[in-house]
Formats: sequence, structure tokens, C-alpha cells
Amino acid sequence: MAEMYFTKEHEWIKVTGATGKVGISEHAAHELGDITFVELPKIGKTVKQFDVLAAIESVKAASDIFAPLSGKVLAVNEDLDTTPETVNESAEEKAWMVELEISDSAELKNLMTQDQYNEFLKTL
Amino acid sequence: MQLIYEQSVNGRRGVRLPVSDVPAAAELPENLLRRQSAALPEVSELDLVRHFTNLSRRNYSLDTNFYPLGSCTMKYNAKVLENAAALFAPFHPMTALLPGGVEFCQGSLGMLYDLGQMLADITGMDEVTTQPLAGAHGEMTGILLIAAYHAARGNKSKKKYVVVPDSSHGTNPASASIAGYEIITVPTASYGDMDIELFKKAMNDEVAAVMMTCPNTLGLFNPHIKEISDIAHSHDALMYYDGANLNAIMGKVKPGDVGFDVIHVNLHKTFGTPHGGGGPGAGPVGVKRELIPFLPQPRIVMNDAGQFLLEDQKAGSIGRTANFFGNFSVMAKAYAYIIMLGREGLIQVSEQAVLNANYIKERLKAYYDLPYDMTCMHECVFSASKQLEHGVHAIDVAKFLIDKGYHPPTVYFPLIVKEAIMIEPTETESKATLDAFIDVMIEAAMTAETNPQLLHDAPVTTPVGRLDETKAAREQNVCCIG
Repeated sequence: MAEMYFTKEHEWIKVTGATGKVGISEHAAHELGDITFVELPKIGKTVKQFDVLAAIESVKAASDIFAPLSGKVLAVNEDLDTTPETVNESAEEKAWMVELEISDSAELKNLMTQDQYNEFLKTL
Repeated sequence: MQLIYEQSVNGRRGVRLPVSDVPAAAELPENLLRRQSAALPEVSELDLVRHFTNLSRRNYSLDTNFYPLGSCTMKYNAKVLENAAALFAPFHPMTALLPGGVEFCQGSLGMLYDLGQMLADITGMDEVTTQPLAGAHGEMTGILLIAAYHAARGNKSKKKYVVVPDSSHGTNPASASIAGYEIITVPTASYGDMDIELFKKAMNDEVAAVMMTCPNTLGLFNPHIKEISDIAHSHDALMYYDGANLNAIMGKVKPGDVGFDVIHVNLHKTFGTPHGGGGPGAGPVGVKRELIPFLPQPRIVMNDAGQFLLEDQKAGSIGRTANFFGNFSVMAKAYAYIIMLGREGLIQVSEQAVLNANYIKERLKAYYDLPYDMTCMHECVFSASKQLEHGVHAIDVAKFLIDKGYHPPTVYFPLIVKEAIMIEPTETESKATLDAFIDVMIEAAMTAETNPQLLHDAPVTTPVGRLDETKAAREQNVCCIG
């Protein structure tokens, strides 16, 4: 079973071995409202932890999506190009955005577990 | 109401063109000819006049109603300013560029020169270019000037970052990014301004500029502004002033006096000229002395004999940023506005704008959450969070206002306030207008508790009801026929 970790900016990463899929939390999707566009990075792009990885637009606003961990983009979810509404329907399952090759798993210490994230949401 | 296309009847004509008595020019190549006629509406002159007259009656404008759109400074545009612009209408825009032409447009060049001097005085800058055509264009020009300044000092590759607060207008980071800089965003502290401690941590010698709006988009004047300027300058970073909110501080504070090096001014906001489709706008840029060599060419300068000349071809200039001298008629209107009001009048403008915003803030804060509860400047930002407890969002309040005959305030901006409702009344509205608007805002807050569905259904009095904004954004197909 893949472990899920969260950032304070409401991204999640599901880690499976040396790779991880990245998306935004259900809370974030709800706050953004109806998603209209997801801008995905190029495959092969390398990012540092908390660098801008992708961007998302909703009826209300445009926001950056930050990389939960450093790594290289292995794959992107191209289905989101035509059906961005998937983010509203299934933010933490079907609407993964980027698959990263993780370069330093020690950075996980900077992220929150599911329980910690749930607690964090209560403070907002 | 029917579309003009739906009124079309085959063969109906508004005008009949006489047979051409000019010989046909050379035949156009076959591949450039239309295969079928353009699908233009065929209507009579009367059909056409009625259609557009009826459309215009559905228009909403400052000339019909109150327009409290936050961050936009929708003040009344005095009609006399149109007369001022019309005075210049006979002059051809190319005149100054012809050999010897400068002699024939001393008045026009003098007006631009004087406007630059007056804007420099108001903002505390040393010289102003009137070329940029809008606020964002002014920002772009300003950032290019900053880049040219660093390049001239041999720091082109060293300067990589531009710092912006998270409350900034989106055009700030966009302009800096297009100019090749990376953006560092500094969060807002609980006191409503850029967090000064986080700002200190973000600063380093690779920062090219700090872009600020002051008062910021929460309508709050930053008490640390001089300290921020000093810190920026200690890292050889320049201070950029986004003039979007200049209407709050005219005659009170000159941005140049608190350390700003570059500023753009939105004439269509602060100086009473029309916005957007009624405009166009204009975004003159002012700079401190050290940046004058980089200003767009041609510069308008005055010689010892008091003649206005065009100075061109200076090395170091970022080049032209617009054709001719910018949106000339807008300058003429802004010039007339400043002359008419004078120094005392401009101070009164800012005082009244701030008073009006605070009046609305104080009267509405019992009904709407005020996340930053302090004296505001020219605008105030509420949150619809109390209404959200009844399932009512800021957008629902906005749509309800439409039903009551008001243009909605800005909603969902600034991004740092949840369910933001940003109200900027401007100085040109009377207390009676503000009171009537406040009553409707209170009615919206009450209705959110008693009958939220009414707000969800709004607007119901308009030609079209609630628009599906999601569908509009996802399916961007605006083809109306065929």
C-alpha cells in the first residue's frame, strides 16, 4: 500500500518505492471550486522540493502546484487536459497530476502524514 | 432579445451602394477569393438602429449607476475632459516625427511634457515617460528599466529575482516573469501587510527589485515601507511602486520620498479618464534620476529657450514601448483633470476617497466579516465567511447586487482573503449613494440567513440569468452561427 504525504500548500504525494504520484488534496479542490484547467510540466523536468511543478486554474483563481519532493517528472496525467473536472470528482485518486522519480526520500520529513494533515486542516 | 443574425432576412438592405465607377483593380488570385459569401446579417437601417439602441440600454456604466469595483477606482469621468481631448483632435500624430515638424506641435509636446512634470511632482519622481499604454504595460516598461539599470552596472547575470507580496496584483509577478526574473513571494502577516521578518529573510544580493502596491490590495498602507526600501537598497535592489492605489495618497505621501525608484500610474484610475472599452487606458512610468538614461525614446525635453524637442537615439534606452507618444487623448484628459483640481483638489480627492471607504467599512462590519479590522485607505475588503455558514458565497452576494441595480464589488480578490468582497467607492459618490448601497448589502446579509435560495438564484432581473462560468471556461467555443 502506497504511503500518502501532504504539504502545507495542500499537495499530496503517494510514494511507491522510488517513485511517487502527485496531486492536490480534496480540501484544496473544494476550496478552489470548479477546476477549468491543469497546466502540466514536461516529462523529464527536474524540480527541487517546494519548487513550482504545475499550475491549476479554477473559476475563482489560478494557483501554482508545488513539488512535495525533489525529483524528475516521469509521467503526467494527460486525461486532465480534456477533463479537468476529474480534480473536483476524485482529487486524491484519479486526478493524480505528475509522477515523480524521487531523488531524496529524506525530504519526506518535511511533509505531513494523513493524520497530521487532518489535524492541520482543523487549524485553518 | 434577438441576435442581429436572427433578425436577418434574405435580400433586406440598410444602404444601397451605387454602382462603382472606378475600374476594377487587378484580379485577386483565385486562392484568396471567398468560396461563399460572408454570413453577414441582412437588416434595414431601422432594424439596425433599434437593435443597437436597445443593446445600449442594457449596458451598465458609471453614467447610469454606482460601480464599487475594488482595485479599479471607478470614479466618475467628467464630460469636460472629453472636450479637452477634442481640442487636440485636428493634429496629425505623425507631425512631430516629420523633418521640422516639432515646431508645429509645441502645444501637444508641451502638454505631454507638463503632464510628465506634474506626475513626477505627485509621485516624487524625477522624470516620467508617457508612452506605456496601460498599467500592465507600464509595469513591463518599469521592469525593463530596472533590468537595463542592473545590466549597465554589470550585474545582468547576478540579478535573478523579483520579490512580491502575496497580496500583489497578478500582473506584478507576470511582468517580472516575462522580463526573465524568478519570483519570490512573501506572505502577508496578521497585521495585513507583507511580513517584514519573512521579507528580510527573502532578501539577498541577487534580488533585482521589490514590487509593491501601497496601500496594498487590502487597502492598508504599509507602516514599514521606508524600512523595506532601505533593506532593498542595501542589497542593490530597486523599489517598484504599482500605482494602482495612488488614489488613496495624493498630496499625502510621495512614493519617491519613501524610497521607491520606479512607479507606474494608471491615468484611467486615479486621473479620471475612462477605463477599458471606454478608454483606452494609459500607464505612464516615473523614475528616479539614475534610471533616466534608460527611458523609452524619444524623450520630450525642453531646451533653454523653452522649446520642446524630441531627443532620440540615446544609447542605453530600452527603446520605444509604444507608437507615437502613448495614448495621447488619455494624456490630454488627465492633464485637464490635474489642472482643474489643482494641488488642493487632488488632496481632497484622496481624503474623500478614504473617508468614503471607511464609512462603508464601519457601517458594514457588523454584517460581514472584516478579516483585517483597521482603518483602511481607499478600499475595504470583507469576507463572506459569515454568509458561508448559510451556504452563501461571495459570488451569490455579488449576483444579488446586480438584481438591485448595482455593479458588484470585486470578488475573490485579493487571493489571501477567503470569499473576498473588495469595495472601492471612490471620492465621486455622495453619502446618499453610499447609504443606498449599504442598505442593499445589509439586505443581502439578512437574506443569506432567511432565504439563501434567493441569493443562489440571482440575478433574475437581467436579460440572462446566472451564467455557467465553469462551462464557459471549460468549453471555449464562442462561435455563434454555423
